[in-house]
Amino acid sequence: MKIIVCLKQVPHQDARLDIRSDGAWIQEEGIKFEINTYDTYALEEALRIKDAAEAEVVVVSIGPDRVTQALRTALGMGADRAIHVKDPEAEASDAIGLAKILAAIVKAESPDLVIMGMMSDDGNFAAIAPMLAGLTDMPHTTAAVKVERSNGTLRIDREIEGGAREVVELRSPCVIAVQTGINQVRYASLKGIMAAKKKPFDVKSIADLGLGGQVGAAAVKVRIEKISPPVKGERAEILEGSTQEIADRLVGKIKELGLL
Amino acid sequence: MPDFSGVDFLRLDDLLSDEERLARDSVRGFVSKEFLPLVQEHVRRDGSFPMELVPALAELGLFGANLSGYGCAGMNNVAYGLVMQELERGDSGLRSFASVQGALVMYPIHAYGTDAQKERWLPELAAGRAIGCFGLTEPDFGSHAGGMITRAERRGSGWRLDGTKRWITNGSIADVAVVWARGPQGILGFLVETDRAGFETRDMKGKFSLRASITSELYLRDVEVPDANRLPGAEGLKAPLGCLTQARYGIAWGAIGAAMACYEEAVRYVQEREVQGGVLAGKQLTQEKLVFMLTEITKAQLLALRVGRLKDEGRLHHSMVSMAKRNNVDIALQIARSARDLLGANGIVDDYQAMRHMVNLETVRTYEGTHDIHTLILGEHITGVRAL
Ligand SMILES: Cc1cc2nc3c(=O)[nH]c(=O)nc-3n(C[C@H](O)[C@H](O)[C@H](O)COP(=O)(O)OP(=O)(O)OC[C@H]3O[C@@H](n4cnc5c(N)ncnc54)[C@H](O)[C@@H]3O)c2cc1C
Repeated sequence: MKIIVCLKQVPHQDARLDIRSDGAWIQEEGIKFEINTYDTYALEEALRIKDAAEAEVVVVSIGPDRVTQALRTALGMGADRAIHVKDPEAEASDAIGLAKILAAIVKAESPDLVIMGMMSDDGNFAAIAPMLAGLTDMPHTTAAVKVERSNGTLRIDREIEGGAREVVELRSPCVIAVQTGINQVRYASLKGIMAAKKKPFDVKSIADLGLGGQVGAAAVKVRIEKISPPVKGERAEILEGSTQEIADRLVGKIKELGLL
Repeated sequence: MPDFSGVDFLRLDDLLSDEERLARDSVRGFVSKEFLPLVQEHVRRDGSFPMELVPALAELGLFGANLSGYGCAGMNNVAYGLVMQELERGDSGLRSFASVQGALVMYPIHAYGTDAQKERWLPELAAGRAIGCFGLTEPDFGSHAGGMITRAERRGSGWRLDGTKRWITNGSIADVAVVWARGPQGILGFLVETDRAGFETRDMKGKFSLRASITSELYLRDVEVPDANRLPGAEGLKAPLGCLTQARYGIAWGAIGAAMACYEEAVRYVQEREVQGGVLAGKQLTQEKLVFMLTEITKAQLLALRVGRLKDEGRLHHSMVSMAKRNNVDIALQIARSARDLLGANGIVDDYQAMRHMVNLETVRTYEGTHDIHTLILGEHITGVRAL
């Protein structure tokens, strides 16, 4: 059995974010990155299947040099092999472009299962998993909170509106996009990190994948024009001051509105 | 509490290899998520350690991480140092646990032991199934360990050990004690199974410092051990001192972890704390304190990193480790005191870390060669005159 896990590297949750001079993204220089939280759960789910049965776990990530660190972490945690798509054209792609890149890899690898995070902490598009499933003609499900396997069929609990659960059955090969909290993610052990040095690590360009001209800046359909920090809305009021002062003011507001 | 993301003013990350960074980050995550939620409870209960974490610590490979074979991770010394840094960012007690197990128990077995001793103990110690302790200090001999009273006498084909060791980390929970004793021709090292007749321990209570760690006295009353329990490669006082060089090296890194924790906490606090005329962060006196902290942390990082690289190249002199231990613990303590200060009254309660690190660092300043003893080691190195 072969499982592909797609990982994205995103700015560290506590990184101080400044907007780039062109306003279209954040400044990436000098900040720390980490594996997208959702994707860590996806990887853990794949590693659990590997622990329970024979499986090869292949991790894939698209991005610049720094992405090596994310892939090496995944290898340290127990993945068997890494594929890094490193190409300025890949980085310049929109969601459909990225999905095409992943689809090319999935087609070449023909895995039994693709597991990925439901969305990324930074972009929040939640678009790639369904797009990848569409491009590869595989069934898929999103917001998975429980994955059970029995010969060729996967029974998946997914989270729906209001915290309710829906149970779906998918036939392998398929794409599963997981929700956070689905499992407890392991830590890379020092021995695992040492062993990771010897695991296969492929670097591929867009040309290697035969996607020249099909993805990248020229093929982009969705472009981020501008990002901005949250602004104080008309109805929202941000209380400031010490914890005590904020608490006092909050109680005052609630009383003012006659809610207490 | 937000995730800890480290302090790296000079982009020293660029000087680290992938696996050095990965090892650090993995341990960092573990400490944040698994250890820190438990520390307060153990500090409140003097002399206890979250033993339930031992299997996970072993699984991560934290015991004897820079040793090779026998189930050890075989990392280089810089990665090992970074791991120690992250453990002490949690608590000096956590780092002490790993230091004792790895540098003071596994290292002497690895360096001075027989193959049989290595095979018997190293895999068990690496897996955390056996706990070790290191008995050098005695009630009457600390800095001057060479004066030890504990005796090893020939008894048939084996040895009889008699004496008292004090201030022994993990003494009462150990399965094996590395005991240093005066033999007929000098200092000898023994592996003593703690269930041998005549071996007893008692925990030391009332510590203000290193409370999340067990500190014990060992009583050896005519404990008999076979000659197979003697560490044959350990000859004279230089053997235990060799172990101490390993542990001190880890402490030089560990202290940076404690300092970073205090610095981070102080920076966060002063940005939120309103005092007369604005936030505390906006005051010159505050800023001067923070500048001192960041500068000293950065210098300490450079010192530790260079010493680590020299250790990996086999070009280390023990006096270099003395400089790193002495300086880094000293500045960490100053930083912890200063952070405690900035936190005002909040700084004295255990919801915040600064004072816990501050009082821990008082122990760290004393053990593994006191600050002053390292001064004298360096003084001798410079002048050639022994003032010890
Ligand atoms: C929490 C804790 C855990 C410990 N764990 C262990 C352990 O696991 N195993 C172990 O063997 N030991 C352990 N120790 C003991 C530690 O290593 C000793 O406390 C340390 O070596 C200092 O010895 P001492 O306390 O006898 O102080 P002393 O040697 O009496 O020193 C007292 C003061 O005198 C100074 N001084 C001493 N000699 C000289 C000199 N020649 N010239 C000038 N000044 C001098 C010192 O710098 C110090 O300021 C631990 C200690 C603590 C507090």
